[in-house]
Amino acid sequence: MITAEQKPIDEIREMIVPYKRILALGCGSCVAECAAGGEKETAMLASTLRMAGKMNGEDVDISEKTIDRQCVKEFVIQLDDVIDQYDAILSLGCGAGVQAIADMYPEVPVIPALNTEFIGETKDQGYWVESCIGCGDCMLYFFGGVCPLTRCSKQLLNGPCGGSMDGKCEVNPEVPCAWQLIIDRLTNFGALDRLEMIYPPKDWSKKQGAGPRKIIREDQQGSIS
Amino acid sequence: MSNLKKVLEIGKFAVTAECGPPKGADPESVLKKAKFLKNKVDAVNVTDNQTAIVRMSSLAACSLLKTGGFDPVLQMVVRDRNRIALQSDILGASALGIRNVLCLSGDHQIFGNQPQAMGVFDLDSIQFVQAVKAMRDNGTILGGDALNMPPDIFIGAAANPFADPLEFRAVRLSKKIMAGADFIQTQCIYNLKRFETWINMARDRGLTEKAFILGGVTPLKSPGMAKYMKNKVAGMDVPDGVIKRMDGVPRDKQREEGIRICVETIERLKETPGGKGGHIMAIEWEEVVGEIVERAGLLPRPV
Repeated sequence: MITAEQKPIDEIREMIVPYKRILALGCGSCVAECAAGGEKETAMLASTLRMAGKMNGEDVDISEKTIDRQCVKEFVIQLDDVIDQYDAILSLGCGAGVQAIADMYPEVPVIPALNTEFIGETKDQGYWVESCIGCGDCMLYFFGGVCPLTRCSKQLLNGPCGGSMDGKCEVNPEVPCAWQLIIDRLTNFGALDRLEMIYPPKDWSKKQGAGPRKIIREDQQGSIS
Repeated sequence: MSNLKKVLEIGKFAVTAECGPPKGADPESVLKKAKFLKNKVDAVNVTDNQTAIVRMSSLAACSLLKTGGFDPVLQMVVRDRNRIALQSDILGASALGIRNVLCLSGDHQIFGNQPQAMGVFDLDSIQFVQAVKAMRDNGTILGGDALNMPPDIFIGAAANPFADPLEFRAVRLSKKIMAGADFIQTQCIYNLKRFETWINMARDRGLTEKAFILGGVTPLKSPGMAKYMKNKVAGMDVPDGVIKRMDGVPRDKQREEGIRICVETIERLKETPGGKGGHIMAIEWEEVVGEIVERAGLLPRPV
């Protein structure tokens, strides 16, 4: 999932200063899973903002609503009927959600309430960790299901570096050395020979080409109304 | 031609030393530091923003040393430059008469004084070695475009015999040599037993015949420095015995003890099959290098 964290409340308050009627808009997908922008968090943020507004004697009206996916047009369309009632949308979606809404409503300011963090997994309650940088050319097969581009601090494809000690990374003893994990995993299923070859330089044009990356699939076109 | 290469190829035990560039633009300070190394070593390594602290560029400092009559080893880390800049600097270095390069990953930017910097790591050190070799031997850059004049560079890489996992260290060394490393300089040796285990593994794989291995040493100034290196410096293995030895002498004899340990390590290296040289990293203590080289019986230098 895409993970995110709420911005500091003061930063949010500063951004909404010019607006009177604001819709705090939650997103029911990834950011709900990581407890940053779901229905519950949206209600909490809206109420905090209302309270702060009241205490400072500001005349501000904050409504709230949560849609299933801010990043998909057919869900965003639900706002068509209500969008005119607001001066601004305070989006608790990820960066994709904020931009999808901005794209749909060119006249309406859309303010991000979250900092989008990474593609990650839920390790435990309240604990998420990055596991994919979306490089566009997955190499997990070669590295036994551990991604060195994401999890090695130096993104080595031919690691480990000289800073691997007792299974930990040199940058922080809390961080496991990705290469130790790779070697352990490949040893477990007898595939350590995959590391004898030299992996060539990564083709980063698949990650950061000219402008944003796109996926166009003709077989899927027409199925979305 | 690289003086270091010449010394190694005639079969002499080589000596290199490290010289860190200044935190400023003063060219004199580079030459002043290097003066202590004149005629004491075969080549001088110039660090590349070591520990991710901004200093005079390694390439510029190497050029100053070259003009001063030294054979510089240009250290280059992949942390700060992408493949365009790395290849470009290799051409520039060769044009300036720099004949040795040491290709490194580099200390992570979080350790230095620019922790907000973007870490580049476009290539890793092994891919970098491979790219330099292709430039030199095939006259091509990554992607295959031809150079109108290939660089003339003796290619080095680093190895840390003390990092984990030990079993994999020889594999990684083998990859560096397969990629094109002509010589290897190691992390500072304090744990001789572990070093010997590592070099035996390398020898078993035939690697000591394929590249020149220079063992790294750093003279200790005090027990405090030994403890600091053990606990704070990434990838360093300082056994308790060494710390005890430094602790066991009076304060005014500690530097002498540090030099003695260093000389003994070099003596051992000379006896180690596959050990082709020593690399002295006397951190901010360049003036002691001459004495270490002399006491290790390595003067005068051959070329």
